[in-house]
Amino acid sequence: MALGILGQKAGMMTWFDPKGRAIAATVILAEPSVVTQIKTTETDGYNAIQLGHGKIKEKNITKPEKGHLNKAGAAPKRTLCEFSIENPSEYKPGQELSVSIFQEGELVHVSATSKGKGTMGVMRRHGFRGGDASHGSSKWHRRPGSIGNIRATGKTFKGWRMAGRMGNERATVQNLQVLKIIPEKNLLVIKGAVPGHNRAVIEIRKAG
Amino acid sequence: MNHLIRELEQSFLRKDFPDFRPGDTIRVHERILEGVEEGKERIQVFEGIVIKRDGGGSGETFTIRKLSSGIGVEKVFPAHSPRIAKIELVERGKARRARLYYLRKEALKNAN
Repeated sequence: MALGILGQKAGMMTWFDPKGRAIAATVILAEPSVVTQIKTTETDGYNAIQLGHGKIKEKNITKPEKGHLNKAGAAPKRTLCEFSIENPSEYKPGQELSVSIFQEGELVHVSATSKGKGTMGVMRRHGFRGGDASHGSSKWHRRPGSIGNIRATGKTFKGWRMAGRMGNERATVQNLQVLKIIPEKNLLVIKGAVPGHNRAVIEIRKAG
Repeated sequence: MNHLIRELEQSFLRKDFPDFRPGDTIRVHERILEGVEEGKERIQVFEGIVIKRDGGGSGETFTIRKLSSGIGVEKVFPAHSPRIAKIELVERGKARRARLYYLRKEALKNAN
C-alpha cells in the first residue's frame, strides 16, 4: 500500500496519445482529500493516514463522526479511508491532498466496489468452460460439471465454485498509467477501465 | 459529471473537417507511419461513400465503403483521429436513412 487519494469515477472517453493512437481512458474527479487522522506504530500498531472525501450535510453524520472530524478540523465527509504509508509523521491532520501528488505517466493502482452483476452462472462468474454447444450435447451447455464424489468423500467441499451473486465486491486494477492531470479541475485521466459504476467512490494509489 | 468528459473531449475534436453525412462521397487522407523510425510517414487516400457515422464525442467513428476492383471494401475511421490529415467532400449524396447497410446487398444484386 502506498500514498493515494479518493475520487469519483466520472466516466470513460476516447483519448488520443501523441502518436495519434486512440486509447480508452477513464476520467476521475478527485476533489482534494483531507487528512483526518494520523496512525503510527506507537499509538495504533501500524503506520497509515486516514483521508476523508466527499461532501455531506452536517445533519447526516453521527455525533461521534463529527467529533472525530473536528479533531482534524475537517468539514463533514462522506467517506473515510486509510492508506498505509511508511512515514505518517510527514502529514498533519487537516492537510489537503490533491491530484498533484501524482505525475503524468506514473503507474497507479485503482480500487473500488465493482458493479453488481446479480446471480450469474459458473461460466460468467468463474470462467468455467461449460459443455459442448453441439455434437449431440443435450441440456449440458452452461453447467458446472461434477461437484464431488459419491463415496470417497461423500460431500461437496466448502468453497466449491458455483453459481451465485457476482460483483458488488472490492476490486483492484493494478498498474494503470496516468495520462493527464488537470489540477485546476481536480481531474485525473487514467488509461484503461476502472472498477465501479460512474460516480462510484474509488481509491487511487501510487503503484509499487 | 458528464460535462467534465465533454469538456475534456473538446480539445480532441477536429473542427477543421467538412460536415459530411451518410450518402456523401468523401476522400480521406490518412497519415500512415512507416517503419519504426520517427517522422517517417506517407499519406494514404481512401475515397468512397459514407455508410454511417457512429457514436459521439471524441470516440465518434465513420465508415466508408468503396468498390476496389469489383470487391466491396469498407474502412472504419475514428472521426477525430489526429492521424487523419484531411477530409475532402467529393459529392453530396442523398440518403433517406442514417445507416446505408443496404448498399452491401445492392452491390451483390448488381454483380449478378
